Amino acid sequence: MNEWTNTGREPDPLPSSLAGPTAPGLGEPQAEVEETLKRIQSHKGVIGTMVVNAEGIPIRTTLDNSTTVQYAGLLHHLTMKAKSTVRDIDPQNDLTFLRIRSKKHEIMVAPDKEYLLIVIQNPCE
Amino acid sequence: MAPKQKKKSSRGKKSPKPVLAASEDMEPVNMESMGHPEIYPLVLTTKTQEIFSCQIDEDVTDEQPYKLINKEDIFEDLRNRAAVSDFHPVKKIVQEYPGNELLLVYDRDFKYGLNFYLIGTEEGKESYLNPPEVPEEQEEYKEHIPEDVYIYKLPVSKPWVSLGSEKEIEEESVTESTKQITYMISRKRSEFGAPIKFSDQNASSVKDAYIECTAYPDKNFTLKQLEKDVGMQVIPQIKDISTQTKWTYPKNATTQYYPREFSEEEKETLKQSKPLVDFLNNASISVEIALQQNEIMNTFIDDWKYLAEEEGTFGDKTDTHLKEYQSFTDLHSPTEKMITCVSWHPTIYGLIAVSVAVRLSFEDRVHFSGKLLLQPSLILFWSFSDPIHPQLMLESPDDIFCFKFCPSDPNIIAGGCINGQIVMWDITAHADRIENIKAGGGRSKRATLKPMFLLEPESNKEAMYIRHCAVSSIENGHKKVITDIHWLSDTFEINRMGSVFENRSGICCQLVTCSADCTICFWDIRPQKLLTPQTTEKKKEESIEIPFDVPSTFLHLDLSWKPLTKVRLSKGETSLDYCPTKISLNEDHLLCKTQDKMLAQSKTEKAEEMNPYHNLESGMANLLKPIDDFCTKFFVGTEEGEVIYTDWKMEKDPETGRLMSKKPVSHHTVHDGTVHTIQRSPFYNDIILTVGGWNVAIWKEGVMTGPLLQSCCAPKRYTSGHWSLTRPGVFYIGREDGYIDIWDLLEKTHEPAQSQNICITMITYIKPWIFSSKQQFIAIADYYGTLHILEIPWTLSRPSTNEMASVNHYFEREVKHLEYVEQRKKIREQEKKEMELEMAKKKVKIYQKSKEQMQAELKMDYESYLELEKTVLINLGLIKVTEKGSYMDVM
Repeated sequence: MNEWTNTGREPDPLPSSLAGPTAPGLGEPQAEVEETLKRIQSHKGVIGTMVVNAEGIPIRTTLDNSTTVQYAGLLHHLTMKAKSTVRDIDPQNDLTFLRIRSKKHEIMVAPDKEYLLIVIQNPCE
Repeated sequence: MAPKQKKKSSRGKKSPKPVLAASEDMEPVNMESMGHPEIYPLVLTTKTQEIFSCQIDEDVTDEQPYKLINKEDIFEDLRNRAAVSDFHPVKKIVQEYPGNELLLVYDRDFKYGLNFYLIGTEEGKESYLNPPEVPEEQEEYKEHIPEDVYIYKLPVSKPWVSLGSEKEIEEESVTESTKQITYMISRKRSEFGAPIKFSDQNASSVKDAYIECTAYPDKNFTLKQLEKDVGMQVIPQIKDISTQTKWTYPKNATTQYYPREFSEEEKETLKQSKPLVDFLNNASISVEIALQQNEIMNTFIDDWKYLAEEEGTFGDKTDTHLKEYQSFTDLHSPTEKMITCVSWHPTIYGLIAVSVAVRLSFEDRVHFSGKLLLQPSLILFWSFSDPIHPQLMLESPDDIFCFKFCPSDPNIIAGGCINGQIVMWDITAHADRIENIKAGGGRSKRATLKPMFLLEPESNKEAMYIRHCAVSSIENGHKKVITDIHWLSDTFEINRMGSVFENRSGICCQLVTCSADCTICFWDIRPQKLLTPQTTEKKKEESIEIPFDVPSTFLHLDLSWKPLTKVRLSKGETSLDYCPTKISLNEDHLLCKTQDKMLAQSKTEKAEEMNPYHNLESGMANLLKPIDDFCTKFFVGTEEGEVIYTDWKMEKDPETGRLMSKKPVSHHTVHDGTVHTIQRSPFYNDIILTVGGWNVAIWKEGVMTGPLLQSCCAPKRYTSGHWSLTRPGVFYIGREDGYIDIWDLLEKTHEPAQSQNICITMITYIKPWIFSSKQQFIAIADYYGTLHILEIPWTLSRPSTNEMASVNHYFEREVKHLEYVEQRKKIREQEKKEMELEMAKKKVKIYQKSKEQMQAELKMDYESYLELEKTVLINLGLIKVTEKGSYMDVM
């Protein structure tokens, strides 16, 4: 039978949570990030993709700097507003996805606790 | 007479006298209506007057028109004479009269209707006897004063009668309801002002210091809450602070900021952080779903809208014919004429100008040259309102083959002659005449077929001949017929070298012409700066007087006008040059921005009415710097059917130092006959239509390999062509048998979509024009001198929504096709080369192989020969047949 004793310290971290074997120059999580973003970017009609942190500072982007900064700032505010709107109506609810359809293209925002993923797509006509 | 006596009113009332039996109980008439209730007019007969000694003019005069009469006397008279008495009517008054003496006044003027009147009250008597002082002074008022005397009576106080007002006052009055309590508090004087000491005291300790109402739980009102549903939200901590500030100096405050960004290292570290990875993995799922949704279908399409649009393109074809609207022919000309050029007036509705030329071949012209000189060559102005008489006729020295309205001023017209001269007209003086046609056009339907010159009715019978303003110099201009003329845009100008400068004058002032003498000339209509004094001498020689009614706009140009530059289209070493028939300039070259400017000018400067063309100043080309990146290339169509793309900028020949025109950039021979139409599409700046010979070609500027579309040979020659002004993929081609072919690039590209017969002879010119969104006309000129105006139906004038995009697409496809063809050509060439190489190699190998083969063959032949020899010898019996083997050994 197993005996459970209180060792008085934190359990050892699981092997999967440790950083995997890193190839020289290319971290695995980084590769994953790149791969995911590349996959999204390669969809038909996608104009740009960007990852923004909770304060609206862009982390990763495929567009030029000024455009990125503009999108990040504006969409960050909008997402926060949308989130608080949803929660005001029903505090047990939360915002999962935000899509803005305009004449020329569609902006998709996937919010999270700490980050925002923004994708701009031109729906094929 | 008793003097004025003040009767004392203190007499009081007297007991009324015994009333005499009155037979009539009449109310005396008083003058209440006149505002004097105390006056009672009376008639006194002479008898009565005697009795009372108030005879007129004796006792009663103007100075003293009154008399005081005792009451007693009146009563006596009444008794004596009863009803006859004159005082009878006023008996009642007399009885009631409080005083003793009544006042009787003689009414000389019959003011109150009768000759005497009695004043029935004491007051009246008083006021009469003692009238108020103010009117007494003024004599004029004396007449109007009521001549009664008011006796002042002291008001007698009567006992007060209550009418209920004291109750109201009682109610409204404020009284103290309670008795006021007064307290008197005293203290020792020394205690006033002493320092005070406060101390705390617990209220509960002192008895009866306070009264409280304690709360107690009442069982009737308790509610037990069983369940509670609460939502919580975390919000950032907010802190509100405010302060008041003083804004002493109003000053603008600005903030400049830049966005926060992460540095590269930070980005890298973040990228590797686990939360980001997890986030991306989760978010990308939903994002990809959304992306795929968009790719599958566009959910926001309005299907109804798109359904309707599609039907428009395949609409019913019943109404696609050009409808005949009007046609114009000049019936007055002696010889047969043909129409060479047509132009709609840019601003006036319904006005179209046509240039006519004599319909003779070259030899006939030479033959009849004497006769032709006598006839004027004309440009006719036709208006929709009058199909018989032209509105204006412009004269020119010789037949005009092309002309154009100046875009910045429609009253200036430039035309090119058959002899190589450029002719200028200025019809500003007659502009109002043409403009009135528009107003009168509606009325002409009511009237008979008369042209409507409402201002000058006399002139409608004669046609107006307007002489030209200026012609170019014969020696320095073109030597042969001018085939095409264009006004250059007002945004730029050219100098002698061909370099482009900014045009500061704001009007179109330069022309470009091409002629059959293989040159293209640029002309400037402004006076050139006189560098040499030679011109003055020339002027003296020319003593041609100009008729007085010709405006002097272009006087400086007349007969001495030289071109600015000449561009010679040479073919290189050979002496044969390209012979241009039409040129097509870039849109920038022709675009005019003065439309708005001219409107604004005409509004603001109407008082002065300054026409910039009347005050032409020489150009500033010497002072300005040239514009560098201006495209100076243009298309030229030649008589041999070639389409050339060349440059007008001159370059200096390194050897001779002279200015030479550049060699053409590209040229293609596409048409089998003269190219008579080169035209840019009104929708696309770089698509050009060329029509010549038996086919049509469409080109794209920049694609040098060949035309995008080249139609196959038509059965009849094409003699004119024009793009449609509203539909990007439609153009009209006129044939030599009087048919017009309408091509629609979206329908068919190998043949025309429609064909319609217009006239019996060759069509020489086609010109469509838009008047409004609903009305579009096309002017078709034919060889016999008739101008047909047709109306373009709805389907041909209205583009479908995607038409521009589709046609664009079509052209792009064609360009790609051309590129593909080019590539295939290259590939084919390569293949060809390869094949040739292989063939060559094969040949070589064959050659080598055959050598060996030949040797083997030779050997075999030799062996077979030997055998043959052997058999022959055996047959001859010369060699005995032995064992073959030994024979072989012997061999």
